[in-house]
Amino acid sequence: MSPRKSVTSRTKDSSVGRASGRFRDRLLPATTATGRYLGAHQSFSVLIGMAVVTAILPLVVLIPPLSGFGGQNAFVDGFASAGVFVLLAVGLNVVVGLAGLLDLGYAAFFAIGAYTYAYGASPFSGLDVPFWPMLLVGAAVAAVFGLLLGAPTLRLRGDYLAIVTLGFGEIVPVVFLNADKYTNGTNGISALYQPALPGIGDFGFINPWPYYVTVAAIIAVAMMLLYRLEDSRLGRAWMAVREDELAAASMGINTVTTKLLAFAIGASTSGLAGVFYASKLGLVSPSQFGFTISFTVLAMVVLGGMGNIWGVAIGAFAVYEIQSQGLKQLNNFVASSGIPPIHLGFVNVDLSAVNFLDYQFLLYGLALVGMMLLRPEGLFPSRRRKEELHDADDAGAANQELVEA
Amino acid sequence: MSEQLAPPVLRAVSLTKAFGGLVAVKDVDFEVKAGSITSLIGPNGAGKTTLFNVVAGLSDPTEGYVEFLGQKMVASPERGWLEPILWVLPAGLVWLLTYALGLVGVPTAGIEVLILVGLGLLIATLITAVIRPAWYTKMLVALGVFKSARPNDMVQAGIGRTFQNIRLFANMTALENVLVGMHGKLKASPLDAVLRTPKQRREEVASRDEAVRLLEYVGLRNRENALARNLPYGDQRRLEVARALATKPKLLLLDEPTAGMNPSETATMMKLFSRIRTELALPILLIEHDMRVVMGISDSVTVLDHGEKISEGTPDQVRADTRVIEAYLGKGAV
Repeated sequence: MSPRKSVTSRTKDSSVGRASGRFRDRLLPATTATGRYLGAHQSFSVLIGMAVVTAILPLVVLIPPLSGFGGQNAFVDGFASAGVFVLLAVGLNVVVGLAGLLDLGYAAFFAIGAYTYAYGASPFSGLDVPFWPMLLVGAAVAAVFGLLLGAPTLRLRGDYLAIVTLGFGEIVPVVFLNADKYTNGTNGISALYQPALPGIGDFGFINPWPYYVTVAAIIAVAMMLLYRLEDSRLGRAWMAVREDELAAASMGINTVTTKLLAFAIGASTSGLAGVFYASKLGLVSPSQFGFTISFTVLAMVVLGGMGNIWGVAIGAFAVYEIQSQGLKQLNNFVASSGIPPIHLGFVNVDLSAVNFLDYQFLLYGLALVGMMLLRPEGLFPSRRRKEELHDADDAGAANQELVEA
Repeated sequence: MSEQLAPPVLRAVSLTKAFGGLVAVKDVDFEVKAGSITSLIGPNGAGKTTLFNVVAGLSDPTEGYVEFLGQKMVASPERGWLEPILWVLPAGLVWLLTYALGLVGVPTAGIEVLILVGLGLLIATLITAVIRPAWYTKMLVALGVFKSARPNDMVQAGIGRTFQNIRLFANMTALENVLVGMHGKLKASPLDAVLRTPKQRREEVASRDEAVRLLEYVGLRNRENALARNLPYGDQRRLEVARALATKPKLLLLDEPTAGMNPSETATMMKLFSRIRTELALPILLIEHDMRVVMGISDSVTVLDHGEKISEGTPDQVRADTRVIEAYLGKGAV
């Protein structure tokens, strides 16, 4: 008789029926007919949520004051670009937020995805593979490089891992820059072919709508799959490794495969973003994939709320829009508001002449500092992070429980 | 008598572990018999935890080996030099072939492809070696290469453990902690999770019911959704036991499970361990330095001092052993 069987048989006579019944009542409330773990609630909520957001966003920009900032098409084009960063942030969230591996070279996989598309569909290589299979190819190639980065860094943690990934993030664009024969060096690869669909034909460069819908669909699918992973055996293993690697290994988790999978899955999401980005822009060059991308995406993840997929997506969207639209409008607003220049001795401040776009990294920095001081768990934290970062409150709760017990 | 004839669950043979010049464990033999509670005791610094870590696969012994269920699991590596050769062998062969073809005069394009294939093979073998899937280990064994099992392999083989200083996943709920313990026994792949196959959903629901049952078994009824770190100290210890039981062990290693507990909590814990032994037929290897705790429930006691085994036997025999008294109370006490 196996040990497990005897646990079951022992408890069966006493309370097993009640236990599982009670358990189901709690986790599978009657309001959701299919139930939390039996159903596919997150899948549906993500798909429906993304569909609603995708439908509403282009309408929102028709309302003043937004309508005054630009035409609908310009906004939609911006949203499509924002979608790239949403994808990147959602992917980095797997590595940083779920598995707790600080990756500062995430832009490398973005570059690899983009260059993969550039090889697959450009006059440079002579290949003309359609966009849709290239999405999968780009994701797969990026995943392989994720494994390559992951394998030698498995023993590293925290700061050390961050430094190695930072190095990797620098190496990749430099390789693309210097391997002229294969990458066309500084000029990059241009005139990439556009995605096409039967019925629509070539997406072209003028109409942003097909790109917008495409990226929304990619995000929806990616988010749905990531939610499912987070909620599975693998998701728990990621969390366990993040919490305590040694204890995780002592519970039978293969920490090696668990971490490699985090790297690979994060990288493949980034690869998807790269393929889409390259096809939308029509060209790739090494300068597009510098450290600022890695840093921006990490800032998006932290601001949005590490570990929470929706939160990270919203954070990424907000940061991108503030950066691309908000600062521009701030420029216009300040310039048109007629704030008089301030003269204080030899200090002259003329706000109306300041280009706020130049200060975006200063503003990121300020935002991050403020965030860490006031709301370290991010704007939309996962329940777990929130509890983790509010130790003081919880200590009280724990004491309360001690008293009760 | 029959108990003595049954093969031991765990057998450590002349284990030695040295850290540089410091010999923490010296030539220790011991056994855990099926269905018994074996205790490892000794004063602070006697080498108990070092021995424990060797048995759990956390560090390789300098000499000697550990057998679990008749299989050698942990020992110092043998023929280690063979493994790196295996890593470069496939790629090396391809590159040799490439070189040969180059001499024959194959067009450069073909040569380039072959070089890339070799590179791919090298990367693939290295990643395989890092992941160490079961077939790879089997192949190594067939070639006479021995590498100690990693902690997670030991768990898969059937050794569950708890830690001296509680190492729960503090920000996960009690239920999730137990579910993590079940990790190795669940079969759903990431692909199953992504597709939410019926198999995966069935497994998730079943494992949750099972986890609730385990929590009740150790006395954590209705605490499934409490965060591990918000549990009172005694409950955290209990949760660690539940998590270890969730790995479906064939042997339970408990490292000072009553450390920091008051006498009544200790008594409850000991009762739990006796229950585990009798009801689940699970042998236990227990580390303690509190003699009183151990004497009550152990079938066999091994005493360590300064890394050496100084006594072994039933609690009564050990209690009467002058060397044990010496080790605990000093020479004058005898």
